[in-house]
Amino acid sequence: METPLLLDVQDVYRAFPKPGGGELSVLEGVDLTLKEGEIVGLLGRSGSGKSTLLRLIAGLAKPNGGTVTYLGHEVDGPARGIAMVFQSFALFPWLTVLENVELGLEALRLPADEIRKRALQAIDLIGLDGYESAYPRELSGGMRQRVGFARALVVHPNILLMDEPFSALDVLTAENLRTDFLELWSEGQLPIKGVILVTHNIEEAVLMCDRVMLFSTNPGRIVTEIKVPMRQPRDRQDPAFGALVDQIYVEMTARRDKGPKLDRIAGTGFAMILPEVPVGLISGLIETVCASPYNGKADLPDIASDLQMEIDELFPVVETLQLLRMAEVEDAEIRLTETGKRFANEETDERKRIFARLLIRYVPFAAHIRRVLDERGSHTAPKSRFIDELEDHMTPDMAEQTLSAVIGWARFGELFAYDDDTGMFDMENPA
Amino acid sequence: MKILPPVSISARGLLPGRWDVLAAVLVFGVIVVLADESRSLVAPLATLKSNPLSLSPWALPEYALRTTLRMLAALVVSLIFTFTYATWAAKSARAGTVLIPLLDILQSIPILGYLSVTYLFFLALAPGRVLGAELAAIFTIFTSQAWNMAFSFYQSLRTVPPELEEAGRVFGLSAWARFWRIETPFAMPSLVWNMMMSMSGSWFFVVWSEAITVGHTTITLPGIGSYIALAIERRQLSAIFWAVAAMLIVILIYDQLLFRPLVTWADRFRFEQEQNEEPPQSWVLTMFRRSQLIDAVAAPFKQALRWSYRLAPPPQVLPPMTRSAAWTRAGDIFWYGLLTLLILYAAWRVFFFVSIGVSWSEVIEASLLGLATMVRVMVLIALASVIWTPIGIYVGLRPKLSRLVQPIAQFLAAFPANILFPFAVSAIVTFSLNPDIWLSPLMVLGTQWYILFNVIAGASGLPSELRDAGANFQVRGWLWWRKIALPGVFPFYVTGAITASGGSWNAAIAAEWVNWGSHTVKAHGLGAYIQDATNAGDFHRIVLGIAVMSALVALANRIFWRPLYWYAERKYRLT
Repeated sequence: METPLLLDVQDVYRAFPKPGGGELSVLEGVDLTLKEGEIVGLLGRSGSGKSTLLRLIAGLAKPNGGTVTYLGHEVDGPARGIAMVFQSFALFPWLTVLENVELGLEALRLPADEIRKRALQAIDLIGLDGYESAYPRELSGGMRQRVGFARALVVHPNILLMDEPFSALDVLTAENLRTDFLELWSEGQLPIKGVILVTHNIEEAVLMCDRVMLFSTNPGRIVTEIKVPMRQPRDRQDPAFGALVDQIYVEMTARRDKGPKLDRIAGTGFAMILPEVPVGLISGLIETVCASPYNGKADLPDIASDLQMEIDELFPVVETLQLLRMAEVEDAEIRLTETGKRFANEETDERKRIFARLLIRYVPFAAHIRRVLDERGSHTAPKSRFIDELEDHMTPDMAEQTLSAVIGWARFGELFAYDDDTGMFDMENPA
Repeated sequence: MKILPPVSISARGLLPGRWDVLAAVLVFGVIVVLADESRSLVAPLATLKSNPLSLSPWALPEYALRTTLRMLAALVVSLIFTFTYATWAAKSARAGTVLIPLLDILQSIPILGYLSVTYLFFLALAPGRVLGAELAAIFTIFTSQAWNMAFSFYQSLRTVPPELEEAGRVFGLSAWARFWRIETPFAMPSLVWNMMMSMSGSWFFVVWSEAITVGHTTITLPGIGSYIALAIERRQLSAIFWAVAAMLIVILIYDQLLFRPLVTWADRFRFEQEQNEEPPQSWVLTMFRRSQLIDAVAAPFKQALRWSYRLAPPPQVLPPMTRSAAWTRAGDIFWYGLLTLLILYAAWRVFFFVSIGVSWSEVIEASLLGLATMVRVMVLIALASVIWTPIGIYVGLRPKLSRLVQPIAQFLAAFPANILFPFAVSAIVTFSLNPDIWLSPLMVLGTQWYILFNVIAGASGLPSELRDAGANFQVRGWLWWRKIALPGVFPFYVTGAITASGGSWNAAIAAEWVNWGSHTVKAHGLGAYIQDATNAGDFHRIVLGIAVMSALVALANRIFWRPLYWYAERKYRLT
């Protein structure tokens, strides 16, 4: 018999109006289902719209197109039976642990003794005994997130939504909380039927989920679905586990001739939305890949675990290297180009020269700023003018981010200077 | 926690310029209407008998109590205003575009200036009775407290962390419940702090508002302020000494019984998750908490509030864009149409008022006098800065000393400086000093402390690593002041100086024209101009004086303080 469908998301589209007119879509054509007994993961970079999708499911926002159906009814507001755990915990600092947990039950308008009984049960279940009267600020991060879990579980939701619930915790605490959660889940002790987990941690997705949906960025689309067949509890040392992690890396960095590309900076020309990657990280990654044991090429999963970087931190650096043609990526393997190797072996001054040349050639907006400054008699130009140009193609936030990325890189390459006090670009560096 | 600077300074780029102008028209329209309407009322009210006051020190406790009760009543009104006005401004984009510029204008109007106008209005509401005068006094105190509190609440409502709002909605809290369980608690620390600051500023006005003369009408309400007025009339320095002592005690009691408990209580609502190194303490609150008195008193209210949550409709989804465009347009047309009518009416009233009784020469005279007062304010703030900034830094870097000095500075800021004016004036009269120079210090007498205690706060918050680094590189002398100490406290100093300068403008009206018995000491300035007009009951000149002063305050805020404030916030704020 078919297991009943808890949630059915059909062809969802979500967009925001752009300042210069028009729309900027963050989610396009998203289909997603959740069956009873499943944990489904949404995996992607920040900006891929996975958190937005979660908020649509929670009824906090409405899609511009498509439908979100929960147990046969369209979601048109926060629904009873869908609870959420937040990345930043979102605990109310003025309420005690017990009061925080009771909050959702009070909104359900239950009698007072029932509220107290269920709250204490949830606190007991999630291992918060003895902390009932503490205020959140007295607790460690891990304990705070336990309160977040208790608060969500106490309303006995059918669907638990988790928005990167472990990413604000340190590695050990996150692992501890994950294990505890999975144990309760596999033993059937949790009063929930299905889970949707948003994450940017590939190993976490493989460890926890039955199915993982991979998201592309700008706009957010689901590119592929990966099933995780292993039984709980899963072992990270299991070769099948490692193989799946590798497979996801390959998928996420794959070159595709058709459809959205995961491995590329979004947009072309002036519409390129650049990640703010410090030059120190760029040089650091190049040096690491160039040195032994990698000697010029490395598997991304290895590099990631070696450098303790999550994909959200690693991918922007890799993309920047690709953009500047200092490295190529294929099948989750990064390989330095000749330029990349030369950069790695040079002293600072020569590095700056190489970097400046690459910026002019491959970052159109950096070349544009330089050209404007060259052409003007005063060799100065205000920041506002460039922001305006960028905002024709992207949101104000992205424009700020892109411009500060360009400024950071140009400073290293000594391509031009920027004075934050006056908001002016110029050619002069203090001699 | 720090003082919130006025709207025109802290709301960067938020306000479209035309709304400021329109809001000004609206506010002055109201003042003009009040002035016009109450002018006809002056004569019949002249018969109002004032209570005979006693200068005996033994009468002071009762007077002090009456003064304190006025303050409390005004605080309640201010809170009601805060919760309605600020909430409306924060929740409705339409209302916000008007209400916030209005708040800005209201903040820049000198309170002592329009006192005479509002007095006559309230007296007319309750003719021949003390009630009208009481209401007027309470209204004056209200205007000295409410704007700051409302603006702080508005700012908080606009900055509630989105994840808290989302959590509230996911767990099914209605908009009503979210307001009381999420938004209000979040706003509480800042509100309580600004409430305290407003209160300490308003002692000045309560003292002033208890004895006032408009034209031929003199109104005295029993209180510390009228006690002092009588003492001045009879030239009794000993009585003024007693009044100062009474004031000291009243402020001390207020602080211990009301604000310390409030601040301590509000600390629980701080959003930052870190433990405060030194959480505020209050023996009163501890006592209440232990005796569970508060719990017992609050329980029925809590129950009622809880019950009201159940009545409110459950949360709605946010629409993807907005409601139907036609509906929104219709609302816009109605709202802005209504506003246009109001503003046109106000403009018409202002125009007639001006065209009847204000000549160009009068405007020029008021403007020149305004410039004189402005120079005075600027010079004195500069002087106070030169004196108090180094002292503040010296004190702030010594934890023991600052624990001692900080409460004293805050206390002095709350102390109504106008009580001390008679001492200065009797000296000026005795030694025949030049009032244009020697009256000026009175303007900063009460406000300079804001600079001191802000600088102390800044210096004591200077990270010890920075100081150690300075010591390590042997940065000493002038270089140390220039590169480490002064930049370190700069944002704090600017906030303090803004508050001090705003207060000094208000004090100008009291400080440029002072009585000592039958002697009147006057300086050339806009404050004296307004005071002269008030004594003569000349409403045209009163309104003109207020308008010029508000314009100058607004100008100084926008041209000088706002750029300085944001420069300091961007460049020197250590996070």
